Amino acid sequence: MMEAFEIFLSASFWVAAIRIASPLIFATMGELVCERAGVLNLGIEGIMVSGAFAGWLAVYLGADLWTGVAVAALTGMAFGLLHAALTVPLGLSQHVVGIGITLLATSLTYFTYRIVLPEVTSPPKIAAFQPLKIPVLSDIPVIGPALFNQTPLTYLAFATVAIVAWVLARTPLGLAIRAAGENPSAVEAQGISVTGIRVGAVMAGSGLMAVGGAFLTMSAFDSFFFEMVNGRGWICIALVVFGSWRPGKALVGAILFAAFDAYQIRLQQIAGDVVPYQVFLMMPYLLSIAALVLVARRATYPRALMIPYRKGER
Amino acid sequence: MRLTGITKRFAGLVANDDISFALGQGEIVALLGENGAGKTTLMNILFGHYVADAGYVEAFGKILPPGDPKAALDAGIGMVHQHFTLADNLTVLDNIVLGTRRLFSPRLDRASARKKIAAIASDFGLAVDPGRPVGTLAVGERQRVEIVKALYRDARVLILDEPTAVLTPGEAAALFSTLRAMAARGLSVIFISHKLNEVMAASDRVVVLRGGRVVGERRTAETSREDLAHLMVGREVPPPRLGEAMRGGARLRLDGVTTDDSHGTPLDHVSLELRSGEITGVAGVSGNGQGSLAALLSGLIAPVSGTLSLGDAPVRRWSPRAALGAGIGRIPEDRHTVGAIGDMSVAENAVLERLRDRRFSRAGFLRADAIRDHAAGLIEGYQVKCPSPEARIRLLSGGNMQKLILGRALDGDPSVILASQPTRGLDVGAVAYVQQQLLAARARGAAILLISEDLDEIFALSDRICVMFRGRMSEPFDRASKTPAAIGAMMAGQGFETEQAA
Repeated sequence: MMEAFEIFLSASFWVAAIRIASPLIFATMGELVCERAGVLNLGIEGIMVSGAFAGWLAVYLGADLWTGVAVAALTGMAFGLLHAALTVPLGLSQHVVGIGITLLATSLTYFTYRIVLPEVTSPPKIAAFQPLKIPVLSDIPVIGPALFNQTPLTYLAFATVAIVAWVLARTPLGLAIRAAGENPSAVEAQGISVTGIRVGAVMAGSGLMAVGGAFLTMSAFDSFFFEMVNGRGWICIALVVFGSWRPGKALVGAILFAAFDAYQIRLQQIAGDVVPYQVFLMMPYLLSIAALVLVARRATYPRALMIPYRKGER
Repeated sequence: MRLTGITKRFAGLVANDDISFALGQGEIVALLGENGAGKTTLMNILFGHYVADAGYVEAFGKILPPGDPKAALDAGIGMVHQHFTLADNLTVLDNIVLGTRRLFSPRLDRASARKKIAAIASDFGLAVDPGRPVGTLAVGERQRVEIVKALYRDARVLILDEPTAVLTPGEAAALFSTLRAMAARGLSVIFISHKLNEVMAASDRVVVLRGGRVVGERRTAETSREDLAHLMVGREVPPPRLGEAMRGGARLRLDGVTTDDSHGTPLDHVSLELRSGEITGVAGVSGNGQGSLAALLSGLIAPVSGTLSLGDAPVRRWSPRAALGAGIGRIPEDRHTVGAIGDMSVAENAVLERLRDRRFSRAGFLRADAIRDHAAGLIEGYQVKCPSPEARIRLLSGGNMQKLILGRALDGDPSVILASQPTRGLDVGAVAYVQQQLLAARARGAAILLISEDLDEIFALSDRICVMFRGRMSEPFDRASKTPAAIGAMMAGQGFETEQAA
């Protein structure tokens, strides 16, 4: 029993938790931006797959790592544009389009993988991002290595939260995005294009989701394999709700979930022979359902979420 | 500002037909017309939400590009929509600032905005608290925010679409004095209305629209209510005439009924008797228990204590179905959210209450032909203007939707009729029609409960009047026995103090 508790004190546990949280943070911020503008983006799972592959492939074909991240973001934005074109000006069901984008992006990625690498049996590797030690700060016990001895992409994830929070709260663009998700006619009446804001938000958000996917192939691991996103996109949708559509709270949620996940891996090692490991695998999901029930009941969601805006219609 | 030859057609319907008029500086012009006369369409063209099929809008000597709200805003035209265009999740300040800064500038500069808002607020007497989220504001406050929003953009022409529809009389008076102050400072105002008294009270000039055309233009000082009513409706509107009452026995009785508070202020030991052939009017400021009274009669809530009797028999089980079965016809207060299901057809809405009726379903299957025929009968019998029984009911105007609901409620000669705000938001013609139908039902011997915030209506239709205050009900009195002023005092609580002490 003591062993199960001591895990929380080990630096390696927190290092793993932050590493697991990073892709979730990117994708959660992406989903949050989309939803704040009033568009539910269920394409997230597929867009993460596409980003994971596109970024990795660029590097595999000789680009440097940051170019790879850019390629991933652009791939995500392309799928975001497709999603937005169908849901915003055409006003189609965001559920159907989102699931369609997930299926399309996932299959297109696997298909491209087979076309580009027809011969390989074991996935080829790239030279992934390496941890970048920040002097002094990384020497703090436990949180030092967890927060200040990570790869540059993890630092970028935290910076993304700050940027998204800043833009939403303190810039004219952020006001327009939040108003578009609450009452689009308010945006229209002030002479701003609702379509423009929503399409832009979905594209930017999708770009972030793809970078979240790319984190998996370029920082957490160094190769691409099928099923590697493994439902993380869906978790991010829950995290947005958990965070009540606020970047800071969503960040806390992402780290919490990642900590559960890191914990269950370690718990498997301790108690794996007594309890079937599937029970531990389930744990983060059960805990996130419980957390959702507790936290999200009073959440005030963007009022115009999932409602297409048609000019002049009341 | 000047409009010339504005024409707009919607799928075969001409909403605006060659409309021209001008607006001078410092002038308040009322645009008067019934619902469906094309007022709102015209304003949406003016503001750039719609593109006119012909004609153009000129502001300060320049022709506005059609279909561009931003151009209208930049030309100094501000619009206060009937349905407010505010985002509830943002603060007052953020709502006002929205769209006034370059979209991609890195900061908002809330401090300077706050200063400008404070200046506008003190100039025009428009008190707003910039820090509060709009979601927490009352309707009157939201409207002030809308006006400040327009002034913040240096609007020189302000358009208000049915500005008083959602306001209390006090708030409306405050609004009109604000408009006066604005006009005195050289701003021009257009307000859209179908209420004669506020047009007479607040405007300098009246432009009357009917059927999409300008049918008359008058200086307010040189016209009269009757003249305007005639222009607006196109015919004389006779005031409702209350025939001799043919009182019968009690149809429904409440004895010391108290309810829960699920529908607003609960009823507090209310006793009331509805008698055949009589209209009982319930006056009161809204929110004083009328919601609970209507819910009780509709069967939505049951008494917590006290008894509800139909005829002579006290009721044991009370539910919406029981209320319908007992022959209570219900005209709910909010036709959009309670009275009808917007995305279902007129025919479906017409039979919603009676789906189990053998006329409309057999063995769990709907009888489409019977439903259609029934709806067609109601449409004809109650003069509902609609394309077909299959049309979605949300496409109907308020008056036509209300006529259908009226038809549904009166179908089969109910013995008791609950009419909750039956004419709210309707235009003059539709109001007269609904009132006539209620009087006709009275003549047929129905016991009618009329809940209304409009004292004129209460006086015009009721045989007996009760006043509600904080969930309690006054003794009924004959309508001739008290003046409107006396009832106004009762609505403010006079006469209720002693009971509270007891």
